[in-house]
Amino acid sequence: MKDWPLWEVFIRTKGGLSHRHAGSVHAADAKMALEHARDTYTRRMEGVSLWVLPSAQIVSSDPADAGPLFEPAEDKIYRHPTFYSIPDHVKHI
Amino acid sequence: MYTTDLSGKDKKQPAPQTVEDPALLAAFEARVANDEFIEPKDWMPEAYRRTLVRQISQHAHSEIVGMLPEGNWITRAPSLRRKAILLAKVQDEGGHGLYLYSAAETLGTSREQMIEALHSGKAKYSTIFNYPTLTWADIGAIGWLVDGAAIMNQVPLQRTSYGPYARAMVRVCKEESFHQRQGYELTMALCAGSKEQKRMAQDALNRWWWPSLMMFGPPDDKSPNTEQSIRWRIKRETNDELRQKFVDVTVPQAEAIGLTVPDAALRWNEARGHYDFGEIDWEEFYAVVRGEGQVAKERMQARVKAWEDGAWVRDAAAAHAAKRAAAKIAAE
Ligand SMILES: [Fe+2]
Ligand SMILES: [Fe+2]
Repeated sequence: MKDWPLWEVFIRTKGGLSHRHAGSVHAADAKMALEHARDTYTRRMEGVSLWVLPSAQIVSSDPADAGPLFEPAEDKIYRHPTFYSIPDHVKHI
Repeated sequence: MYTTDLSGKDKKQPAPQTVEDPALLAAFEARVANDEFIEPKDWMPEAYRRTLVRQISQHAHSEIVGMLPEGNWITRAPSLRRKAILLAKVQDEGGHGLYLYSAAETLGTSREQMIEALHSGKAKYSTIFNYPTLTWADIGAIGWLVDGAAIMNQVPLQRTSYGPYARAMVRVCKEESFHQRQGYELTMALCAGSKEQKRMAQDALNRWWWPSLMMFGPPDDKSPNTEQSIRWRIKRETNDELRQKFVDVTVPQAEAIGLTVPDAALRWNEARGHYDFGEIDWEEFYAVVRGEGQVAKERMQARVKAWEDGAWVRDAAAAHAAKRAAAKIAAE
C-alpha cells in the first residue's frame, strides 16, 4: 500500500484571526483532507474555518540561507520607531 | 514509558556509526544546549534523527494500540454518559497517534514504513497495553493511572528539542487532562457504590499499579541512552525521576477515595520528601517488552485485522481520487 498524499492543515481559530498551521494529514483527495483535518484537529472547537493544501506544493527557504536572507535586516535599526529621539515635551508622536 | 527506549531486539546489532562533521555537530550541540528548537530542515546528527524516529514512532504506536484495551469496553459502558466519554477519549488517542506519526514523518520516515514495522512486530509500543481489561473498573484505572503516567511523561516533552515533536506534545497535553479526570471520577463512583463495586475498583488498582510504574521504563542505571537523550533535550527528565513524581502525586489520590496501593513497602519518607516504594518486578517488564505480555498477540491481531478489513476502503478512496483527477484534467 502506498501512503495517501500529505496535506498541511491551517485553522482560523475565530473570525478576525488569520489561519495558522496546525499539523498535517494524509488523504486521497482535497475533500477527504478537509474531513480528516476536521476530525484530527478540531475536536474541541479549535476553529471556524480550515485550509488544507498539498504539502508538496509548499516552497520553503533553506535554513542554510537564513544568514543571507535575514541578517541584512539586523543593521537597519532605523526601521524601528525607537531609533529616533524626540524631545519629551513633544506629544502624540 | 511511551518514550522509553524499548529497542530490545536491535541491541544485538550495534547502531551504524556515522562520522559527523565536527563543526556542524558542535553548532548543533550548542543550539540544543541553549534550548533552541531543531526544525525538520535543520542539520542534525544521524543518531539524533534515529533516536527521535524510534521514540516518536514508538510513542505513536502506543497511542494507537492504546485504543484497543479501552475500545473493547465502549459497547459495554454502563450509561450513555460513560459511553460518550469513553468514545471521545478513545478518539483522542487516535488523534494523538496521528499527530505523532506526522511528527515522525518530518524526519524522513513514512507512515507506511511505521505501520509495517508495527504490524510485523518489529516496532515496540508501551508495555502497559499488553495487559487485559477485565472489568469496567479497569477503564477507570487506565484513565487515572495510565493516562496519569502518560501526562507525567508528556508534560516535560512539550519542551523537547525537536520542534514538531514538542508541538505535538502541546496538543496532546491539552487533551490528556480530561482522560485522567474521567478515569478518576469513574473510580470514585465505584468507590462510592456497593461493596462489590468498591472491591472491583480495588482489584483494578491492584492489577494496574505495578504495570503503571513500569511505564516509565527501566531504572536509570539500566537505561544507557538516557544521558545522551537528556543532553540532546530529547528527554527532559529521567525514568526514575518521573516515576517518583508519579508515585508522590498518585498515592494521596488513592487514599482520598479509600483505596489501598498494593505495595507493603510504600511509606512517606520525611527526610527525602518523597514516598519510598517497593521493588518493581523487572523480569515481568522485560518479558512484556520481549512480546510476552498477556494479550500481546491479541492486540496485534486486532490491529492487523482492522488494517486489512479497511484495505478496500483505502483502495476505493484512491481509485475515486484518481478518477476525479483524470476527469478534471480532461475537462481543462
Ligand atoms: Fe494519548
Ligand atoms: Fe490519554
